[in-house]
Amino acid sequence: MLAIFKREFKSYFTSMTGYAFAAFLLLFAGIYTMSVCLVGYFANFEYAIGNMTFIFLLIVPILTMKVFAEERKQKTDQLLYALPLSMTKIVAGKYLALLGVMLVPIAVISVYPLILSMYGNVSLKISLLAVFGFFLLGAALISIGMFISSMTESLPMAAGISFLVILLNYFLPSFATYLPAGSELLSSLSLFNCMDDFVYGLFDLGNIVFLISVAGLFFFLTVQSLEKRRWS
Amino acid sequence: MIEVNNLCKNYGIHNAVDNLTFTIEKGKVYGFLGPNGAGKSTTMNILTGCLAATSGQVTVGGFDIYEDAVKAKKLIGYLPELPPLYHDMTVIDYLKFVAEVKGVKKSEMSEKLADIMEKTQIADVSGRLIKNLSKGYKQRVGIAQALVGDPEIIILDEPTVGLDPAQIIEIRELIKNLGEDHTVILSSHILSEIRAVCNHILIISHGKLVANDTPENLEAEHGADLETIFLRLTGAVPEVQEVTEDAGNI
Repeated sequence: MLAIFKREFKSYFTSMTGYAFAAFLLLFAGIYTMSVCLVGYFANFEYAIGNMTFIFLLIVPILTMKVFAEERKQKTDQLLYALPLSMTKIVAGKYLALLGVMLVPIAVISVYPLILSMYGNVSLKISLLAVFGFFLLGAALISIGMFISSMTESLPMAAGISFLVILLNYFLPSFATYLPAGSELLSSLSLFNCMDDFVYGLFDLGNIVFLISVAGLFFFLTVQSLEKRRWS
Repeated sequence: MIEVNNLCKNYGIHNAVDNLTFTIEKGKVYGFLGPNGAGKSTTMNILTGCLAATSGQVTVGGFDIYEDAVKAKKLIGYLPELPPLYHDMTVIDYLKFVAEVKGVKKSEMSEKLADIMEKTQIADVSGRLIKNLSKGYKQRVGIAQALVGDPEIIILDEPTVGLDPAQIIEIRELIKNLGEDHTVILSSHILSEIRAVCNHILIISHGKLVANDTPENLEAEHGADLETIFLRLTGAVPEVQEVTEDAGNI
């Protein structure tokens, strides 16, 4: 598993993917920090983070599209299947590498509140909680993107479908208001909604469990989708 | 080493592999022959656990390829039809990755990989990116990958495709040498190659096993050379005659 993790993590930074992901995330974090904290005079870094979750719509599909689709296209999946590794370990190695790639820019972002606190009264606790929530949200969305990538060998298809699925989830609360009944249930399925509580400084275990469960569910589905492919 | 029992693989209504039963014994070099689409690659993919069978059983060294997959796969080195190479890696990084997954000890790794690269003659390209290599080199990196970890069984699906004549001779020598202390299964279209390298032949046609013997026994039994036997057993003879007759008419 460690070997898979190392290979994958390195491959994101020998190609453009890892850099593009980090660059966009940092660019938007910079813009929002500037507009909310520096120009807007808010000492709340969590507002900046809370406002930029939509960036996942674009950067998660870019990151996850090739994770399995590329292997299938290049036939390198046959190597992974023939090596003495269980499917769960293959997927775990790859998923951890994806999380690792996301952690690089997020580690940089978590320094921002420290810098801001030199110039104002920043609540480090709430700011870092928001960053933590941001990471969990990303982890859940990456798991969904990984599952979609495991179902196709076309990279554009994997990216496009991941984008649409995440987009649908993003707008779920607004769509839900048109429903005659059950709108609350439907909007509670939106992963992006969890972020609000983190931004208000609420350490709600329910949100954390929900995001981790979604990540776990799609991790499991990825393993199943790859196992199924061997049987068809 | 490998026991195959009543192996079947169906793609919809098409039977790619139809009730195969055979045993692979230790220390022999097996030639796996058959026309295109006979089910050679499918069978090899099933033997290595890349593909699941519809029914039947495969055990490798006593381990079931599905139940005890990890233990069974440790005994096998596999080169699929298309070498499974990561194009964005250098040759040495790629081999190190495979060695790490196969559990080669760190202290022995560089020595063992150097030995394999020498055997497959890729030492001079070890620092290059795989995507920049020629087809022949890629094929040899694929073979090297199968040898990593010193598996007891080596399965090679058309190992000499894309190589020039000199390289083909080298790879044949390599396979012969491997056959001294490994069990080797290789598929090929080139009958002279099989004749030169293998001491046991399996011929399959339409997913069924039609011959399973040493080349000497087959030739004695049929009173013909390997090429004629192959054409006869795989049902290709009438077609060949038609083609030659047509050619005569022109």
